[in-house]
Amino acid sequence: MPKLQVALYWASSCGGCEIATLAIGDKILQLAEAADIVFWPVAIDAKYADVENMADKSIDACLFNGAIRNSENEHMAKLLRRKSRLLIAYGSCAYEGCIPGLANFFTAKSILENTYIDAASNDNASKVIPRTLVTVPEGELEIPEFYDTVKTLAQTVEVDYFVPGCPPEESTTWLALEALLSGNLPPKGTVISPPGTAVCNDCPRIKHEKKVKAFHRPYEIIPEPDKCLLEQGLLCCGMATRGGCGAPCPQANMPCTGCYGPVEGVRDQGSHFLTALASIIDSNDPDEIKKILDGIVDPAGYAYRYSLPDSMLRRARVSP
Amino acid sequence: MTDFEPKIVAFLCNWCSYRGADLAGTSRIKCAANVRAIRVMCSGRVEPAFVLRAFELGADGVLVLGCHPGDCHYAEGNYKALRRMELLKRTLGQLGVGQDRFRLDWVSASEGDHFSHIVNEMTEKVRALGPFKSKEESKVA
Repeated sequence: MPKLQVALYWASSCGGCEIATLAIGDKILQLAEAADIVFWPVAIDAKYADVENMADKSIDACLFNGAIRNSENEHMAKLLRRKSRLLIAYGSCAYEGCIPGLANFFTAKSILENTYIDAASNDNASKVIPRTLVTVPEGELEIPEFYDTVKTLAQTVEVDYFVPGCPPEESTTWLALEALLSGNLPPKGTVISPPGTAVCNDCPRIKHEKKVKAFHRPYEIIPEPDKCLLEQGLLCCGMATRGGCGAPCPQANMPCTGCYGPVEGVRDQGSHFLTALASIIDSNDPDEIKKILDGIVDPAGYAYRYSLPDSMLRRARVSP
Repeated sequence: MTDFEPKIVAFLCNWCSYRGADLAGTSRIKCAANVRAIRVMCSGRVEPAFVLRAFELGADGVLVLGCHPGDCHYAEGNYKALRRMELLKRTLGQLGVGQDRFRLDWVSASEGDHFSHIVNEMTEKVRALGPFKSKEESKVA
């Protein structure tokens, strides 16, 4: 049997997904035995032109991590879609936008101005801001266009599978690779993840009826070791987040922040989380409810930490 | 913008607000015709996702109306709505959806005039704001 042709690419991401790929440990040898890696900017020296010269659909599977935030990301998404039989959105950025997607609370203009001019650490008296095209004595220089709105991979090109996580857990990555190597593939559009309804299902903490009089941030309290974090007033997204990760965060005293995306059947993870959160507030008094809610300092940023571009509203309506 | 007619989705609870709307109709109270009523069993049934979905599908404003506090047919459903919608209102604010596009209020079965007042007021506020989605965005969705 000929070896599988596999490509890996990063668009707008932090590089954590590359590390997550290597976290499968010595199983990487099984991957190397069964597959040729034809393109992987972080690890092998192949150029964009090499990909362009490949025949269409000659890559069996491409693991694409990172969101689509500029014209280079978009170009590579389209190119790799054309060259690949299977395109897999690997990790939360490609799947739902993730941390880069928080840029959708702002506009490209305000982000560039803040980063290059307003930030206190800047020394930029001539107020230089990166431009797509700039003319210098040697000629014209071009950099990718920086978009206003971050998109997911599936909002840009057709995607065959999704692998959740920021980054995906080792077991989740291996589940996807095993499916590829064995050819035993799930139906198109599947979110490949170990079975588990919600993170709460994976979490060993003891759960009772939830009634909360105050919300806290993790640095404000030392949580009891065995009790559900949400019951202690920490904003844990476990009940609104796909399980299968094994709940490592709550087991390390940190509330789940929701990186595995919405549970099966839910489209908008953030509003699902807010619904559950509001329901456990132990008060019927409008003023007290408002006071308790004041403990949640950034509801939209918290609820949509990983999924703003993939949410129903996709971005904030802000003036440019 | 002169020919802009706002589309307003109103989630009305079966026991009070829907009947309040009905009363407005049977009493022939004049009322803006911009509301698309959706009857739900209780305002506590309205998930924040319903409101977002309405905006996603092209609503320019969303109303959630329930029984007055203390009057809920299911005892506590409207308090649930109060908690959820207060949190949703703050979230929508961060997402640039102003308070004039989303409103939670109470209408009893005997308050047909109050219902029409809320609808008229909301319609005029949203009319002044203009469409929620730009033409380009509407094409994408």
